Amino acid sequence: MKIIGLDSSGLTASVALVSDSVLTAEYTVEYKKTHSQTLLPMLDEIKRMCELDLSKVDAIAVASGPGSFTGLRIGSATAKGLALALDIPIVEVPTLEGIAMNMWGSEKLICPLMDARRDQVYTAIYEFKGMGKDYRLNALLAPCAVSVEELLINVNAFGREIIFLGDGAPVHEKYICDNVKERFSFAPAGRNRQRGANIALLGEIYFSEGKGIDPDLHAPEYFRVSQAEREKAEREGRAK
Amino acid sequence: MNVSTEKDIYILGIETSCDETAASVVKNGRELLSNIISSQVPIHTLYGGVVPEIASRKHIERINQVIKEALASACMELKDMDAIAVTYGPGLVGPLLVGVAEAKAMSFAAGLPLVGVHHIEGHISANYIENKQLKPPFVCLVASGGHSHLVVVKDYGEYEVIGRTRDDAAGEAFDKVARAIGLGYPGGPKIDKLAREGNPYAIDFPRARVEGNDYDFSFSGLKSAVLNYINGCNMKGEEVNTADVAASFQKAVCDVLVEHSIRAVKEYGYDKFAIAGGVASNFALREAFETECEKQGISFYRPAPILCTDNGAMIACAGYYEFIKGVRDDYTLNAVPNLKLGG
Repeated sequence: MKIIGLDSSGLTASVALVSDSVLTAEYTVEYKKTHSQTLLPMLDEIKRMCELDLSKVDAIAVASGPGSFTGLRIGSATAKGLALALDIPIVEVPTLEGIAMNMWGSEKLICPLMDARRDQVYTAIYEFKGMGKDYRLNALLAPCAVSVEELLINVNAFGREIIFLGDGAPVHEKYICDNVKERFSFAPAGRNRQRGANIALLGEIYFSEGKGIDPDLHAPEYFRVSQAEREKAEREGRAK
Repeated sequence: MNVSTEKDIYILGIETSCDETAASVVKNGRELLSNIISSQVPIHTLYGGVVPEIASRKHIERINQVIKEALASACMELKDMDAIAVTYGPGLVGPLLVGVAEAKAMSFAAGLPLVGVHHIEGHISANYIENKQLKPPFVCLVASGGHSHLVVVKDYGEYEVIGRTRDDAAGEAFDKVARAIGLGYPGGPKIDKLAREGNPYAIDFPRARVEGNDYDFSFSGLKSAVLNYINGCNMKGEEVNTADVAASFQKAVCDVLVEHSIRAVKEYGYDKFAIAGGVASNFALREAFETECEKQGISFYRPAPILCTDNGAMIACAGYYEFIKGVRDDYTLNAVPNLKLGG
């Protein structure tokens, strides 16, 4: 089984090819170019390097959100275009699960953070549970957009050692250092960002569980309405 | 060269620069095989104008269905296409990126050449579909919600912009005046309709002349004059005859567009003139151009209203002429919101 994994939800753009649970190739860039300029050229490079026959690909796994609205859509439109042309399904993989996979094997709590602006973060709290084939992520706090203050109330309530990671971690480092009560750490470079490999590997699991969907139906999970919709709702709320 | 032995060329055109998700299949740059447009106008009407983030979200939800429908109604498959053409600018960056990323991925996966198309070039090219005999050179006025350009079309894909708006686009002025007289969004069709009941000579609104370039337009002064007139009436307690305002405003816009355009055709020594863009579907404007062109012995070309609005067919058509010239884009193609026409 061959799965292509795409993640352009944050500052990092990453593409990977997984073939029968083997990571055939992965290409990750965190650079000033836009995802629109990097994502498909990276996949093209993987195709050439690995002599990939696209007709042998079974599904496209994509980081489905939350994340940068524009970044998510570049990933989604790329996935939808590939899946339409190849007539294969899309597998939606939650962005924060993809980031948390970097900490596979840890017994600590895992807290991916993405900067959501407006003084909020996209976040979740995970732990790994189970054994053998059933060893996987379990969400103790489901993916959401909250203030760091609110997140840390949750974190402190668990009373367990925790690892922070993701491109939102440096943004809120000082507040975390000042307010987290248990032992904590920040994951290092190479293990603290979105990775196409994680999306492709989780995609492979979900696809084999029958979670592939019609590419027409895929759209990112934004976790937020647009600013215009929010303001309109506020105006109407006041008017009532 | 024997034309009949040449292979037919099929282009899939994709357009997502504003609030229409559109795709089309065009044969040999002139023959429309399908033209699917999924309009978001009802949603944006709630906000009084296009909301870029909402437009982007709707594009990603609709794009695959629109493309598949365009192929299906042309009774063709993706593998039958010779190239994919996509609008990469100008326009709203979020919406543009959806079409560009989708088109690039399809081009990559299907092994088809990719051609990035300028949105205005698309609008101009809509005339080639409607008027099979039209060939460059000619002068074209492109007027829409976002653009007012007077363009000399020297050859296929070769343009010189000789006049542009200094402030509001023509369609933008329509939207703003429509809002002022309580018609709502989108203003163009609503003013067009109401103006038919009004007297275009009732109010003498200004026809702006622009310093420095005789071909440039300015509509903000006209818009302000309309707003001042309405305020004046309100202060005096007089009832505003909105039909007269609509008709007189529309006449002022048409007069300026017609005068500039006809002067350009004559000064450049051409005998052909075309209009394009959303405003080109305005009834009064089409009539004004028809009358004036006939008087001056100029052949007048206009696309059907459905091809004046944003659509994929015009992108496929413009893409065809770029494709046969050998233009190809690679996978680094990006959305360029303020893309210029004619270098």
